[in-house]
Amino acid sequence: MKARHKRLGFLLVGLVVLGAASWLVFNALGNNLSYFFSPTEVAENKVPADHVFRLGGLVQPGSVERGEQLTVHFDVTDNAHTVKVAYTGILPDLFKEGQGVIAQGRMGPDGIFVADEVLAKHDENYMSPEVADALEKGHQKGIENMAKGNKPL
Amino acid sequence: MSKSRAFIPLLAFLALAGLFYFVLMKMGKGEYNPRDIPTEFIGRPAPSIDLPNLLDENDRVKSSDYAGKVWLVNVWGTWCPECWKEHEYLMHLSRQGVPILGIDWRDEKADAIDFLKQKGNPFVEVGFDPNSDAAIDWGVYGAPETFLIDAEGIVREKHAGALYPQVWQEKFAKYFHAQKPTE
Amino acid sequence: MIPEIGHFALVLALVLALIQSFFPLVGAQKGIASWVAIAKPVARLQLVFTALSFAFLTWSFLQSDFSVLYVATNSNTSLPTLYKVSGVWGAHEGSLLFWALTLSVWTTAVTLFGRSIPPIMMARVLGILGLLSVGFLMFMLFTSNPFDRLMPPPMEGKDLNPLLQDPGLALHPPLLYMGYVGFAIPFAFAIAAMLGGRLDAAWARWSRPWTQVAWVSLTLGIALGSWWAYYELGWGGWWFWDPVENASFMPWLAGTALMHSLAVTEKRGAFKAWTVLLAIFAFSLSLLGMFLVRSGVLTSVHAFASDPARGMFILMFLVTVVGGSLALYAVRASKVRSYVRFDLVSKESALLLNNVILVVACAAVLLGTLYPLLLDALNLGKISVGPPYFNAVFIPLTAPLVVLMGIGAMARWKRDSLENLWPKVRVSLVASVVFGVLYPIVVMQRFDWLAAVGMVLAFWVLFTTLKATKDQARGRGLGGLSLSHWGMVFGHIGIAFFIVGITLTSVYSTEKDLRLEVGESYEMGGYAFTFNGSTHLQGPNYSGDRGEVVITQNGEQITVLHPEKRNYRSGMPMTEAGIDAGLTRDLFVALGEPLGTEGAWSLRLYHKPYVRWIWLGALIMSLGGLLSAADKRYRVRARRTVAEKSPVGATV
Repeated sequence: MKARHKRLGFLLVGLVVLGAASWLVFNALGNNLSYFFSPTEVAENKVPADHVFRLGGLVQPGSVERGEQLTVHFDVTDNAHTVKVAYTGILPDLFKEGQGVIAQGRMGPDGIFVADEVLAKHDENYMSPEVADALEKGHQKGIENMAKGNKPL
Repeated sequence: MSKSRAFIPLLAFLALAGLFYFVLMKMGKGEYNPRDIPTEFIGRPAPSIDLPNLLDENDRVKSSDYAGKVWLVNVWGTWCPECWKEHEYLMHLSRQGVPILGIDWRDEKADAIDFLKQKGNPFVEVGFDPNSDAAIDWGVYGAPETFLIDAEGIVREKHAGALYPQVWQEKFAKYFHAQKPTE
Repeated sequence: MIPEIGHFALVLALVLALIQSFFPLVGAQKGIASWVAIAKPVARLQLVFTALSFAFLTWSFLQSDFSVLYVATNSNTSLPTLYKVSGVWGAHEGSLLFWALTLSVWTTAVTLFGRSIPPIMMARVLGILGLLSVGFLMFMLFTSNPFDRLMPPPMEGKDLNPLLQDPGLALHPPLLYMGYVGFAIPFAFAIAAMLGGRLDAAWARWSRPWTQVAWVSLTLGIALGSWWAYYELGWGGWWFWDPVENASFMPWLAGTALMHSLAVTEKRGAFKAWTVLLAIFAFSLSLLGMFLVRSGVLTSVHAFASDPARGMFILMFLVTVVGGSLALYAVRASKVRSYVRFDLVSKESALLLNNVILVVACAAVLLGTLYPLLLDALNLGKISVGPPYFNAVFIPLTAPLVVLMGIGAMARWKRDSLENLWPKVRVSLVASVVFGVLYPIVVMQRFDWLAAVGMVLAFWVLFTTLKATKDQARGRGLGGLSLSHWGMVFGHIGIAFFIVGITLTSVYSTEKDLRLEVGESYEMGGYAFTFNGSTHLQGPNYSGDRGEVVITQNGEQITVLHPEKRNYRSGMPMTEAGIDAGLTRDLFVALGEPLGTEGAWSLRLYHKPYVRWIWLGALIMSLGGLLSAADKRYRVRARRTVAEKSPVGATV
């Protein structure tokens, strides 16, 4: 093989890898980001219709309703506005009234936010990041709803 | 390898470091906190406080006593190391005459009293809030948190995390300078 | 007094580290023999003082000396001794001390095992490691002193989070740290080689075993963390692509690339500049991870630890170390030429492509990790980049890498051809396609394209690795193979196990949140889960509920699981899952909440086929790394130049 052909070959392989990677990255970034909104932004109709986003705020004290069934209702507030949330599944350990929470899901037609993942926000003392992170996973992450294809890998 | 190509990693890294520097500066000024959960407090009337006084069983701590002043609310607990760290600075502020109302949150009464006895008490009054009564009204999701309320009773600033001189200068100090001449 | 002595030892260690970096580096540059000669003794003495300091902190923990702020906030008298000790590195300040100690231990190990290294080179390496020590020690002394006093001391320390009291979690951080810090060794060798202007193959040979040991620590650390998350957290996941995990995964990817690239540089003298760059990357990414997770810019990790002063210090350190080394690289590497020629089809090419893919994958992970930070910092909105992004990018990128593994193991150095390769891989290719497609049908009893692709890849790696080994052993027998070849074999077969684990777990897992009445059953994966209600539970420092779930298969009882929901006195709730572990499947039950008054509960049931293979794979990989590092040719006197005719085939 001539040196020039060889160089061309290497260049081509490199470009293919880079091109494929960039395509994957931009594609995945475009499709898999979820934006974060507050209840006020929801009230001001700033959220995208029919798109997954994250709703953050505090769980309104006294608003959590657990019925006989698996679905839980609660209100998320930023002290200015309130959004009703419905979630079917098991809530994370540290989910509590008056605590911070992040719910991922989309707005239903009836103005109720249907969450398929709930992360409980909590405060703790500082520890080494690896340890803290491990704990965090247990507490913040709710149940990734497997049925919706949101698997951890 | 050509000379210019060898510089690419360095330039990429410097761009990254620039971004980090920018973010850290914003964090230092309290403009950026990756952990923020939005609470719509700034520019709204402060929620009222009515808590038992930590140091005096027969007294209650009321926010109405502070009307017409620029004052701070500091949420703390003995269980929180960051609160221990900011304590010294709170003492400094209190010596400067900054009125601070403390909310002792989710704490053991005896521990809290000991803490103040040993390390000094920077607070004008301390409300005892073991069940998060006030903390929920104020949208507290961690300790320490510090709020600034102006003379009209409007919450003007909020800082999550320990209070450092830099944060004070950037966010809080201006309200006190403005007020001084009228004092 | 003890804490003050510890503090003082730390200060002395800093002074020694300054000496360790200044004199040998300057001495090596100016040719002052006596300055060069002090490198080793000073490095060892630095270890003595760092270790003393660490010992005093440990002593304070064992004695429950709560007058030390760090002890008071991370330990209490009722803690078992093991967790008092692990408390030493359980939080920020102490884990930094552990970093400094580990770096010192690695440095001293280099002085002990690196007898064949010329004194000038050794002086430079120790000098650079000394500079890193200076950075860590200063960081600790100026911003995060673990010996800070608390006056007057409290009677009792803080109640420790019950989740922390677990051997897996006690060991996870130190293994990670050993890995991170371990990459400082190839980094130091690379910089020293650049300083000396001799970017030949020698530095690659010297740093290979160190890189492998560091990589093994990191692999084990990551695997242990993943395993802990799986069995302890009660929701059955094993990898979440969160920033702290990514912070450990990026150096791992760069380190994996580095191991392979070092092999080429050592054996063939090729990729010289590239290998230097990878050595810089691997360690820089370790430091970057430290910055990201400790400065508070990124993670949602426990509230308010972020102290911009700390972040700024690490950033300055990062800029000095990484910026400095990349600047040196930019100046020196442009003069390096690899005269070694190789063809488009050759082992070199395969390894080069392996490197490119690993680095690109690493960059994609970095981008996904930093993207939210970038947008948020520019006020373009708060976003999160979740697991779907990483899966969508990482899996398609790494699948070709796995195909390449088989070809790379088989290809010849320097020049090979497709005509020559094809007969070697033909059988493996056909066999892996057949087995890979049949496995889901026959064993899993449900065909799935993803599963088939994953299994084909796994079998491909297995068969090609075995075939390469067989070819290699021709004429000398299996016993004649070098340990480093066995390292490659185990490393690659570990990957095959890992692929089986993630593929089959992802495709065939059944996971269900549901409501079960007392006595009600649910069928999943051929197993019937029957909920027998819950009873009240009273532990030493918690109360809670304990459920009973009987699992039967074809009417035969397999096991009885007892998931628990505990409420600790410290106010912390915790879910203890019930797990029945097996080589081909795990059964997993966790309690949710009581529903209604009749004793019904929400429950989480998982059937996870082959999930153990994920960690089994990591273990096998690590064994491979250790075998490679133990290869006897690292112990014989290193040759200065690369032999022109190195043995064909043995890689990594």
